[in-house]
Amino acid sequence: MNHDYQYTPKNGFSKWLDKRLPLMRFADENLLSFPTPKNLNYFYTFGFILTMCLVTQIITGIVLAMHYVPNTSLAFDSIEHIMRDVNYGWLIRYMHSNGASMFFLAVFIHMFRGLYYGSYKEPREIIWILGVVIFLLMIITGFMGYVLPWGQMSFWGATVITNLVATIPVIGEPVLTLLLGGYSVDNPTLNRFFSLHYLLPFVIFGVVILHIWALHVTGNNNPTGIEVKDSKDTISFHPYYTVKDLFSYVVFLLMFCYFIFYNPNILGHPDNYIEADPMLTPAHIVPEWYLLPFYAILRAVPDKLMGVLLMFGSIIVLFFLPWLDTMKVKSARYRPLYKIFFLLFVIFCLLLGYLGAKPPEGIYLLLSRVSTIYYFAFFLVIMPILSRIEKPLPMPIGISNPAINNNSDSSGGVSGSPSYAMDSK
Amino acid sequence: MNIFKNNIFIFFVLIIGLSMNVNSAEGTTFKNLKPGFSFEGPFGKFDKESLKRGYQVYSEVCSSCHGMKQLSFRNLSQPGGPEFPTEMVKEIASGYSITDGFNEYGEPLERSMLPSDRFPKPYGSKEEAKGANNGAYPPDLSLIVKARLDGYNYLYSLLKGYEEEIPEDMDIGDLSYNPWYPGGAIAMYQPLYEDSVEYEDGTPATVDQMSYDVANFLTWAAEPTMEERKRLGFIVMGFLIIFVILMYLSVSRLFRDVH
Repeated sequence: MNHDYQYTPKNGFSKWLDKRLPLMRFADENLLSFPTPKNLNYFYTFGFILTMCLVTQIITGIVLAMHYVPNTSLAFDSIEHIMRDVNYGWLIRYMHSNGASMFFLAVFIHMFRGLYYGSYKEPREIIWILGVVIFLLMIITGFMGYVLPWGQMSFWGATVITNLVATIPVIGEPVLTLLLGGYSVDNPTLNRFFSLHYLLPFVIFGVVILHIWALHVTGNNNPTGIEVKDSKDTISFHPYYTVKDLFSYVVFLLMFCYFIFYNPNILGHPDNYIEADPMLTPAHIVPEWYLLPFYAILRAVPDKLMGVLLMFGSIIVLFFLPWLDTMKVKSARYRPLYKIFFLLFVIFCLLLGYLGAKPPEGIYLLLSRVSTIYYFAFFLVIMPILSRIEKPLPMPIGISNPAINNNSDSSGGVSGSPSYAMDSK
Repeated sequence: MNIFKNNIFIFFVLIIGLSMNVNSAEGTTFKNLKPGFSFEGPFGKFDKESLKRGYQVYSEVCSSCHGMKQLSFRNLSQPGGPEFPTEMVKEIASGYSITDGFNEYGEPLERSMLPSDRFPKPYGSKEEAKGANNGAYPPDLSLIVKARLDGYNYLYSLLKGYEEEIPEDMDIGDLSYNPWYPGGAIAMYQPLYEDSVEYEDGTPATVDQMSYDVANFLTWAAEPTMEERKRLGFIVMGFLIIFVILMYLSVSRLFRDVH
């Protein structure tokens, strides 16, 4: 990382402040002059987009909570009150509901990017693990948020998903009772889900700060996967990446606004505009689109407990990624085999999403099983094997030096690796 | 590498496509008729005359069994809806009465309705509604368009889709046959016949016309803020498009010297 630059307070006040609370120094070092690899592409703008998504969800959520009533007999009507009677209530609510979808869309791209460029590898394991924690919290928050409108899908989705807990031996039943605040999804469930749905975004916010902190210790990965060597490899975060991130975010906003203003209900299920009725089960119970891949994994397994374990396992396995893929070369650019298996992985993930919306029978069930097997095999079998056998392509010496590094057989330019010595000025 | 870079667009399209697929996963096998509505499309606005007629059909036919609990009479005069004159809405509301509060002897007080009151409920309770309709509950219509896949086309098709001839292999008992209803056997009898209502504006009340007007009215009722949403959307999108061009120029300028 580049440490040539030092923040120097310019006027009397900033000197005074710098000795007491180095706020300006912090902002300067982390937001303005922060040295960032100069070759980051648009996939690297999703971190900023995700931060904006979180902020949007929190702000719109706080406003919604001012009008929403977490009570089974009033919740559904209070949402309609927001839609019809609250000034711009429809806007706030559509921003929040579609914002959740946008949030997940962005996080999926962000995660696939990390997988492709090996951003989870040494020295960025903690960043990745914190990211998985955020993702897990997002899923829980999103699921609880979907329950709040108290529509048919809210109620039955909550019933199906919470009942999964009951499959866990011994502790399952008491934990389920605690989760529901009773023996079935009812008013106490709605109350605690509302409370937690309000709490968790702030927990996410906290973990995001840790995530960014960890990122600012190691510095960014980049599309070559070669570590930054000197200041020639970097540009300051501001104005380069503030402007690039903002541009990317505005493009993202355009898509977001299309959904808000022109197709606000397409990502939701029509049944959720029917008030929850515990006596009437919908023909198909489907979760929100972003949970469909996990739902498909759950239903691919004939045994209920195994299904639950695999569903949670599909996220838990991500925590171990840095130790499953031990290949020193980070970026898939220089890993021809990994690149193929990665693209297959993306396709199978999308397929799982598609299958999650289909009934678990016939060809759909078969495909779900194949995809589930590939999902786990990618992490548990393919990654460790590739780490041993794959021969990476010749790599450039550095980010700013496209000359091929003949000396490198498997060094991805990890700190302390011999390639550092090759760095010529 | 380039394939991967360009794939971001395909990726978006795929995810959006898949999510749409989620919703189409459980449609009726019968394809809805699409008569074409004025509110469709990014600049669509409601046909106010059709909304007025639609309200007339609702209040004269549908409202005997179906409530619309999310709507108040005042909504009928609000911009972006049928836009009845305020005086007329007062008159419409005063035609109904409601038990509200108590007099000085503690007896329930009856008064005529005001524009601020919700549409009257056809039944006192869900049980009463079921009892009066052979055990079938006539759903509230406030959100019916949003609560059904391809809502307005579905409603239009359903309302004009009743058929006398029942397929031979079907036994539907007391129910009516309507191929647009999932399963084909529907508890609601055919509600609209030629001249079921006499339109105040003189439009001939064909089944097709009434179905169209009701579908129009219920679409508005499901989201009275639709016109405002599309209008604001145009302004916001317009701003963002200009903004995104400026941002693009800024990025290109800024990175011109970064090699």
